[in-house]
Amino acid sequence: MEHREYFNRRLHSLLGVVPIGLFVVQHLIINHFVVYGEESFNKAANFMASLPFVTALEIFVIYLPILFHAILGVYIAFNVPTYNNKSYGYFRNWMYTLQRITGIITLVFIAWHVYQTKVQVALGNVELDYNLMADILNQPFFFWFYIVSVIAIVFHLANGLWSFCVHWGIAQSPRAQQIVTYITVGVFFVVSYIGIRTIIEFTMGA
Amino acid sequence: MAEQKTVTFIITRQDGPDSAPYEETFHIPYRPNMNVISALMEIQKNPVNANGEKTSAVQWDMNCLEEVCGACSMVINGTARQSCAALVDQLDQPVRLAPMDTFPVVRDLIIDRERMFDALKQIKGWVPIDGTHDLGPGPRMPEKKRQWAYELSKCMTCGVCLEACPNVNDKSTFIGPAAISQARLFNSHPTGEMNKSERLEGLMEEGGVLGCGNAQNCVEVCPKGIPLTTSIASMNRATLVQSFKNFFGSDNAH
Ligand code: SF4
Ligand code: FES
Repeated sequence: MEHREYFNRRLHSLLGVVPIGLFVVQHLIINHFVVYGEESFNKAANFMASLPFVTALEIFVIYLPILFHAILGVYIAFNVPTYNNKSYGYFRNWMYTLQRITGIITLVFIAWHVYQTKVQVALGNVELDYNLMADILNQPFFFWFYIVSVIAIVFHLANGLWSFCVHWGIAQSPRAQQIVTYITVGVFFVVSYIGIRTIIEFTMGA
Repeated sequence: MAEQKTVTFIITRQDGPDSAPYEETFHIPYRPNMNVISALMEIQKNPVNANGEKTSAVQWDMNCLEEVCGACSMVINGTARQSCAALVDQLDQPVRLAPMDTFPVVRDLIIDRERMFDALKQIKGWVPIDGTHDLGPGPRMPEKKRQWAYELSKCMTCGVCLEACPNVNDKSTFIGPAAISQARLFNSHPTGEMNKSERLEGLMEEGGVLGCGNAQNCVEVCPKGIPLTTSIASMNRATLVQSFKNFFGSDNAH
């Protein structure tokens, strides 16, 4: 195909925001129902699980885009750069490196999270409800693993949103890029709050 | 007479393109207002290292000696910059010199910038006007735009921005910020604009504009203050429009 690398890079950047970014925010907001009680959480989770065409939605909106984004992302993180933050310690260079580190954390977390929830439910070992997550998050190791991962994921999303605006030529001038930085920092704090609040809520016990 | 003050230089040297790099230390007699080049000239006059051994003179590149040719660029105390504009009084000591090893090293501090010229070929960084007959004068450029374009035209292909860029190295085909900005310069020239899509195609080829990972070191280190990151974002948009035209077709010639 003509311009294959160009096309892949564009697709990588697009998929990170639509659908993956939207999915992540949606997922965290649904989970946040736990703040209104166990009942609310179970109701919301069951609603999501009972959406029509749920398998097709999962495959095309979640699994395939994440797989593509992850494979090209790992290549970009390991094969391309010579990290040089020591010599060039500028803010954006740190964001560049952190974007790659948080990407790898996200990948490890997703693999584990899917295994611990989706796969176990499919195997019939556990049931998808409040207790599944409460049991996991009441173990100190997993509590911190989830906290760190959620922060990493939200960072990757927010900073990725910034890169998206540059890669698609939306923010060009330094001032435009600065304003997008402020907006994405806001996104980082708001979405992180939603995620962390949810995790803590699960450990409060019902 | 007071003892002669000296400055210590630790230089990363390499005897040839394929030999292993090594470090050599020199104590150089201090003179007020000396720059890195005049220090290297001292070594050339008296190539004796810190152990008092006679050694070969350190090789480097230079031309203009006033920060307009870019030939003398090297890594000074960890940062790529022009050695002719690096005043010893303003540097931390000992001063460390190394070649910009993003590029193939020819010898000592001399590097081969060929990939930058290949990049300019990829994006067709020129205005094609050669032909069999006189085409007459081209369209005029508004003065405001000329001033703006002048800033972009200051690039001296020094390679400092490529050296600072984490995405430019021998594993990657990324052409680097300088050539992307040159595509923008020629695409905004009234005559150059006539071949706009050819340059955008070049930017969409392998190693093109999307190879940028937004680390933005380039714009921090460019000695000419060229707005490289704005150029990159602007070419991101222009190639996007071009790819839509390519895919869907356009009723304008493209
Ligand atoms: S853009 Fe600036 S840093 Fe890069 S090659 Fe041109 S003058 Fe040097
Ligand atoms: S010798 Fe020309 S820039 Fe230094």
